Amino acid sequence: MIASLLRRDLGLLLPGGRGGGGVLPLLFFLAVAMLYPFAVGPDAQLLARTGGGVIWVAALLAAILPLEKLVSGDLEAGVFDQLHLRGVSEELAMAVRLLAHWLAFAPLLLLATIPAAALLGLGEETVRTVLLGLLAGTPGLAAVGLAVAALTAGLRGGAALAGLMVIPLAVPILIFGAGALARPDPSALFLTGAISLGLVALAPFAAGAAIRAAREG
Amino acid sequence: MNARLAARDLACRRGERLLFCGLSLACEAGDALHVAGANGIGKSSLIRILAGLLRPFSGTVEREGMIGLVDERLALDEALPLGRALAFWESLDDSCDTGRAFDLLQLAQLMDVPVRYLSTGQRKRAALARLLNSGSPVWLLDEPLNGLDRQAQAAFEALVAQHCQGGGIAVVASHQDFALPSPRRIDLAEYVA
Repeated sequence: MIASLLRRDLGLLLPGGRGGGGVLPLLFFLAVAMLYPFAVGPDAQLLARTGGGVIWVAALLAAILPLEKLVSGDLEAGVFDQLHLRGVSEELAMAVRLLAHWLAFAPLLLLATIPAAALLGLGEETVRTVLLGLLAGTPGLAAVGLAVAALTAGLRGGAALAGLMVIPLAVPILIFGAGALARPDPSALFLTGAISLGLVALAPFAAGAAIRAAREG
Repeated sequence: MNARLAARDLACRRGERLLFCGLSLACEAGDALHVAGANGIGKSSLIRILAGLLRPFSGTVEREGMIGLVDERLALDEALPLGRALAFWESLDDSCDTGRAFDLLQLAQLMDVPVRYLSTGQRKRAALARLLNSGSPVWLLDEPLNGLDRQAQAAFEALVAQHCQGGGIAVVASHQDFALPSPRRIDLAEYVA
């Protein structure tokens, strides 16, 4: 049953999938990395010092783009109702969707980080820290995104609201993830991972409760 | 087929409005029930309460057997061909012999058509096919005849009769007449608060 759910969710969310727009966040992410040097000038030292943070901000904003269709389409179509009648709890459906959402967005983002780092002229050490940080942080970003997408799914203008709601919730991940760049030891990376795991554990319950609440509305 | 559906003293509130109250019903295996009433009187809400998707304002519902629901929401992926969109639910339901339902509802030639190109009646027939293939003993149908042509209506009424003969339960909410085998009727107008 979980395999069926995951297969459908991946078909919906993967780039080139039915949800559409799977590549858009990636292009957005690369565009930010490309525009930043134009904006601040070709000072290689400045770019190398600030580039890691720019990649983090770009990743956070790119994580907002796929949220619009993450939950609302299926909620309107009654998919969660039909799943509920078949004994699939909203929490399970959301946990599977979280996994599918992360798979559809994080691995490609990590790949795109390498050309983005080249555009910003980052050093090898910095690239490694950014990649490890994103690896630890993207599950948390996906979790926050899913919970917020479920909360705003039934609302008019929900997508814009979701963007605004994700930003403050994602700040802890950003602080520790990007903060790892300024420290020689990996403690900030561990904290990023810890925050991520906490969010991943909470998100299916928050999103499931949001879907049940939307039924009463 | 083990099926039972009983509700006691149901009341339903939507927003500030009490739609109906004091409604009790009991369906044993083989029963068919027609819930009648004007638009907006709470037929859909009653169906959703019986399905367990909406909490009643007061009262209790007891169910035995899997619920099959058909309402105005299709829950099929619009971009997929009908066959593949239905296949997702078939894999969850472990359906076998799906072809019979497709023949009965004349869907076999539509299997390669993306769901978004289907007409209103064809979409309804697709939802009914999923219901048939789910094998659920308790059918909750919210305006199942909407959009169906006369031939499909008759075919579906025959299917409901067959389902009840086999020990299933059917609750049909409809403002239209629905030919049921042993017609029991609940008129929601009698329970308006």
